[in-house]
Amino acid sequence: MTFVGSLGIILLAVITVVLAIPLGTYMYKVFSGQRTIFEGIYNPVERLLYKLMGVNAETEMTWYIYTKKFLTLNLVMFFVGYLVLRLMGHLPLNPDHIPSMNWNLAFNTAMSFVTNTNWQSYMGEQAMSYLGQMVFVQFLQFTSIATGVVMAIAFVRSFVTRTGTLGNFWFDFVRIITRVYLPLSILFGILFLALGSPQTLHGAAVVHTLQGAKQTISRGPVASLEAIKQLGNNGGGFFNANSAHPFEGPNAFSDVLGILGMSLIPTALVVTFGQFIKNKKQARVLYIFLMATLVVGAFVVYAFEAAGNPVLAHVLGIHGPNWEGKEVRFGPALSSYFVSATTAYTTGAVNTMHDSLTPLAGLVPLGFMMLNMIFGSGGAGLLNILMFMIITVFLSGLMVGRTPEFLGKKIQAKEIKLATVAMLVHPFLILVFTAIAVVSKAGLAGIYNPGLHGFTEVLYAYTSGAANNGSAFAGLGANSPFYNVTIGIDIMIGRYVSIIAMMAIAGSLATKKTVPASVGTLATDTYSFGFVFMAVVLIVGALTFFPAVAIGPIAEQLKMWATGR
Amino acid sequence: MAKSATFNREIISRAVGDSFVKLNPRVMIRNPVMFVVEIGFVITLLLTFDPNLFGGHYPATQRAYNLIVTIVLLVTVLFGNFAEAIAEGRGKAQAESLRKTKTDLWAKRRTANGGYETVPATTLRKGDVVQVAAGETIPADGEVMEGLGSVDESAITGESAPVIRGAGGDFSSVTGGTKLLSDELMIQVTVDPGESFLDKMISLVEGASRQKTPNEIALSVLLAGLTLIFLIVVDTLEPFAHYVHGSRSIDVATLIALLVCLIPTTIGALLSAIGIAGMDRVIRFNVIAKSGKAVEAAGDINTLILDKTGTITIGNRLATEFIPVGSHTEQSLIEVAVLSSLFDETPEGRSVVELGKHKGVAYARENYHEANNVEFSADTRMSGLDLANGQVVRKGAVDAIRQYVRQHGGTIPDDLEPKTNRIAKEGGTPLAVIQDHEVYGLIYLKDIVKPGMRERFAELRKMGIKTVMCTGDNPLTAATIAEEAGVDEFIAEAKPEDKMRLIRTEQEDGKLVAMSGDGTNDAPALAQADVGLAMNTGTSAAKEAGNMVDLDSDPTKLIEVVAIGKQLLITRGAITTFSIANDVAKYFAIIPAMFMAVLPNLKALNIMFLTSPQSAILSALIFNAIIIPLLIPLAMKGVKYRPMSATSMLMRNIFIYGVGGVIAPFIGIKAIDLIITALGLAHV
Repeated sequence: MTFVGSLGIILLAVITVVLAIPLGTYMYKVFSGQRTIFEGIYNPVERLLYKLMGVNAETEMTWYIYTKKFLTLNLVMFFVGYLVLRLMGHLPLNPDHIPSMNWNLAFNTAMSFVTNTNWQSYMGEQAMSYLGQMVFVQFLQFTSIATGVVMAIAFVRSFVTRTGTLGNFWFDFVRIITRVYLPLSILFGILFLALGSPQTLHGAAVVHTLQGAKQTISRGPVASLEAIKQLGNNGGGFFNANSAHPFEGPNAFSDVLGILGMSLIPTALVVTFGQFIKNKKQARVLYIFLMATLVVGAFVVYAFEAAGNPVLAHVLGIHGPNWEGKEVRFGPALSSYFVSATTAYTTGAVNTMHDSLTPLAGLVPLGFMMLNMIFGSGGAGLLNILMFMIITVFLSGLMVGRTPEFLGKKIQAKEIKLATVAMLVHPFLILVFTAIAVVSKAGLAGIYNPGLHGFTEVLYAYTSGAANNGSAFAGLGANSPFYNVTIGIDIMIGRYVSIIAMMAIAGSLATKKTVPASVGTLATDTYSFGFVFMAVVLIVGALTFFPAVAIGPIAEQLKMWATGR
Repeated sequence: MAKSATFNREIISRAVGDSFVKLNPRVMIRNPVMFVVEIGFVITLLLTFDPNLFGGHYPATQRAYNLIVTIVLLVTVLFGNFAEAIAEGRGKAQAESLRKTKTDLWAKRRTANGGYETVPATTLRKGDVVQVAAGETIPADGEVMEGLGSVDESAITGESAPVIRGAGGDFSSVTGGTKLLSDELMIQVTVDPGESFLDKMISLVEGASRQKTPNEIALSVLLAGLTLIFLIVVDTLEPFAHYVHGSRSIDVATLIALLVCLIPTTIGALLSAIGIAGMDRVIRFNVIAKSGKAVEAAGDINTLILDKTGTITIGNRLATEFIPVGSHTEQSLIEVAVLSSLFDETPEGRSVVELGKHKGVAYARENYHEANNVEFSADTRMSGLDLANGQVVRKGAVDAIRQYVRQHGGTIPDDLEPKTNRIAKEGGTPLAVIQDHEVYGLIYLKDIVKPGMRERFAELRKMGIKTVMCTGDNPLTAATIAEEAGVDEFIAEAKPEDKMRLIRTEQEDGKLVAMSGDGTNDAPALAQADVGLAMNTGTSAAKEAGNMVDLDSDPTKLIEVVAIGKQLLITRGAITTFSIANDVAKYFAIIPAMFMAVLPNLKALNIMFLTSPQSAILSALIFNAIIIPLLIPLAMKGVKYRPMSATSMLMRNIFIYGVGGVIAPFIGIKAIDLIITALGLAHV
C-alpha cells in the first residue's frame, strides 16, 4: 500500500460525495415536477413523448397501478429484447456477421439486461451485433436503470403523500431519462471518446502487425455504450474484457470517469431521498455510514492485494502486490476502489479480474453484493437501504418502548411481513442455487477450478445474479443451458420479488397517518441510529452468509497462508 | 385482588407439569421457532435409535452424541414451555380464587307481580331486578336502583376498606361477587351470564382470551422469517459440504444442532411469557386491561388528558394562608379562625386547624364541649361555633359573611374587598372569618397539587408525552394550577364535549391519546381515546367504554400503565437483539467444528479454543438452552425502564443487549466447554 494510492481512494470517495449532492437536489426537482434548467427544451419533447406513447402523465397512481406499469413495461422490453437476440443474425448493422443467440443464452441475456444486471454469458465482441449493442444493449441500459430509479422514487413518496398515491409512472420514467441519464450520457460519452474509446459503425479492423501477422481488432460504438454502462449501473461491456479492455478503459482517467459514472446517481439518490422527506440529516447519516463501508471495503481489497500472494513469495520468491488479473495502467489502488465500487453500486463493470484477487480481497465484492445495499444500483439500492431501515427501525424501535415507526409511519405486521420477504429472497436465491449447482452434474461441469475456488466462483455467479450486479468472477463456464437458465431465474426473482414486496410496503405506508415525532420517537437521522443500522445489516448479512464464505474465500485464504508459511 | 408471591412453589410445580403438556405439537405449532426445535428433537431421537437412518456408516459412538443432542433439544423446548407456563401460572392461581367467589350464588329476583323468587345467580338476565340484603353477596353486575349501603369489594380489588354504593350519581354501579355489608339494595342487573366483570377478569388473568397483540404478531413474523433464512442456510450447508468433502457429509444431528443454535430460540421461547407477564404486571397494579393491545398502545401515548380534581390536585381546597383585615393582627385572626373550625370535620376545616397549629395556635376540643357547633349549610354558606359565653365565631363565603355582618350592624373593613379579589385572581378561594360582627380577616384556601405530580409530569415530558389538564374552574384558577403542577396545557371551564373535541383533534394529527374518567358523561371520550382508563368506582357506562379499569380508582395510574407498555416493548426488543447477537459466537463455535475433518485450516476460526468438535457443538447448544431459563426473570420483570430520550435509550439498550449479546455467549460457551472437558465428555 502506498500513500498516494490510499489518498486516491479517499479522494475518489470525497469527489463522489461532492458531485452527488447537487445532482441529488437536481433530481428532487425533476421528480417533484419543479422547473429545472433547459425547461423550454425538455417540456415540449417530453409532451411529445407522452403523446407518442399514448399515456397520461398526470394522473396519480396507487402502488398497485404504478407497479403494474413497471411490470408491463419490463415484460414488453424482455420480449422485444429476446426477439432481437434471437433474430439479430438476420438483421442489419451486422458487419462482422455475428449469428443470433440460442434460446437459453437469449433468455439469460434478455433477462439480465432488462433487470439492469448485465450478466454476460456471451463475449460481447463475438456474440453481439452492432444492432444488438445499440438497440438491445444500450437501449435497455437506459430503460432498465430508469425503471429501477422510479420505483425508489415512488417508494419515497409514500412517506410524504397526502393522497395515498405515489406519483405517475410515465412522468417519472420519461423525466429520469430525458433530464438525467441522457444529458449525463452525452457528456460522459464525449469524455470517453476524448480519452480514447472508439465510436464507429465500421466492422472489426484488420491490421498487419510488425511481425507480419494479421490481427483482427474488434471495435464499434463503444464510447456511447461505455457512458450509460457506468452511469446506469449496468456494467455490461462492449467487449468481454469489459473495462479492462483498452477501448473501454483506455487509461487511468477513463477508469476514474467510470467509477464516478457508476457512483453518481445511486449516491445522489440518497440526497434526493433526504430532500423528499425534508430531512437532510437523514441523508447525511446514510451517506457517512455507507461511504465509510465502501471505503473500508476498498482498503481491505487494497491491503490484501498489496500484501500479495504468500505462496508465490514462498515458492517462487516473488514479492510485492498481487498483479495477476490487473491492468498496469490502473494499478492496485485504483483497481481496488473499482472492485469495491462496482459491487457496492451493483454495476458489474470490471477493470480487474475478480477471480484473480486474493481470497479475502475477493470476499469484499462478494460481500458487497450479498449485502446489496452499500448504495446499490440506482433505485434498487435505495429500496434495499429502506428495507433494512425498516427492519432496523422495527428492532430498535421496540428498544425505545414504542411500537416502531419510520419517518412517522407505523411499522406493523404487514410491513414486516413484506420486508422479510424482500430480505429473505436474496439469500434464498444465492444459497439454494449455489447448492443445486455444486451437487448437480450440469453445475459441476461448468466449474473449471475445482475445490474451494470453484465453489467461490459458483457462489459469486449466483450472488451477482441475485444482486442484479452482473460482474463475473470468471473461471466459470456459465454459457450452458444449466447456468443460463438458473442464473436467468436467479436474476429475475432477485429483481422483481423484492421490488414488488417493497412497493406493497409503500402502498401500505402511503395510506397510514403520519405520527408526529416527539422526544419519545426513535429518530432515524442520528449517528446512533446509523450505527445500529449498519450493525443490523452486517450481522444479518454475516449470519446468513458466514458458512458459505467460510468454506469459500475464508478457507481458501487460510489455506493460502498455511501453504505460504 | 390477592397479591401472590412472584414465584411460589405451587406455581413452579404446576408450570413444570405444564411444560410437558405443552409439548403437544398442536400447541407447539403456534410458536414456529420452538416448533422447529421440537421437530429437530424428533429427528435426533430417531437418529439415536438408528444413527444411519439417513445413510452413512457412523460408528456406535455416534449414538451417544446423538442422544446428548436429543436431550439438549428436549430441554430447550421444555425451558421455553416452562417460561410460558410460569407466566401463566400466576394468572391461573388468581383465576381460581376468583372463580370460588362466583360459585353457588343465589339471588332474590323480583317477579312481575312484585314478589321475590330465589333463583341461581347464573340464570339472571340483563334487566332483572334483585334485592340484596346486608351480609349477602351481590349476585351480578348492576346498577343500584334504590338504597345506599357499604360494599366490601375486596374479592375483586383486594382493598379491604368498604366503599359506599347508592342509587343515582356516579357511585351506583356494583359488581357481582362483592359483598353488601350494611343496609339493603335494589339492583338492576346490567349483564347477561358469562359477560360479567368477574367472568371477563377470570378469562383475562387466566390468559384464555389472550390474543397476540399487533406488535407481537409483527415480531413473530420477523422471527419466522429469520428461522426460514437459517433453515435455508443450514439446508444448503449439506450440499456445500458435500462438494468440499467429496463423498462424506456432515451428520444430521450436527446440522440440527447448528440450526437450533441459529434460529432465535431465546426470544421465541420467551415471547409469549413477556406478553403474559406484561399483562400480569398491569393486573398486579390493580388495573384490568381488557386487551394486550391497550397496554401496547399505552406505550405509544402522545397525549395524556387528566382531570384536575382528584387527579392532579388532592381534590379538596386547603388553608394555606391567613390574611388579616382592618386593624386585626394575624395572631388574632388565627385564633378566631381555628376556633371556628374546631369541630369542623370537612377537609377544609381540618386544614385550618392544621395550619393554625403550625403557626402556634391550638385549642383543645375538651374545653369547648359546651359550645354549639354550627355546621355548614348551603343556605347560610358558613360554619362555626356558638361559644358558651355567647360569642359567635364563623367562617364562610365572603359575600355570605358580608351580608351577615351588615344584617347585624357591623362594618366591613375597606381592605376586605381588594384582599378577597387578590385571592380569587390567584385561583384560590377566600373564606372570611368573623367573631360576632367583627371581620377579622380571610383564610386563603388553595387547590393543592398532589405531592410528586410535578416530577411525574416532568418524567412524562421526558418520555415525549404531553399532558393536558381538564377542569371546570375558570381560566385564571386553571392557569395557576397548571403552572403549579407543571402540565403542558389545560382546558378551563371544560365540558365533556371539550374533552371529546380535544381527543379528536389530537387523533387527527396522528397522536394517540390516553385519558381517565369515571362518570357516565366521560364514557364517549373514554371510548374515543386510544387508552381509556375507567375508575372502578365509576359508572358501568364508563367501565364499559374504557379499555382498562382501575380497581383502586386512582387516575394517576395511567402514568404507570404507560411505563408498563413501554417496558413490554423494550423487553421484547432487548431479548430479540440479544438472541440474534448470540449467533455470532455460536458460528465461531460450530463452523470450525463442522469442517474440522476436511478444512483443517478453518481451525483458525476456533477463537475460543474449544476442546473438540463435539464439545464445541454441544457447548453452543447447551448455552442456547440454558440462556432461556436464565432470562425468564428478565422476561417476567421486564427490562428496567427509565424515562430518557429515545436515542440515549436506544444506545443504552443496544450496548447492554446487543454488544452484551455478542460477548456473553463467547464466555458462556467457553465455560460450558471447560465443564464438558472436565467431565470427560469432550470426545463422546
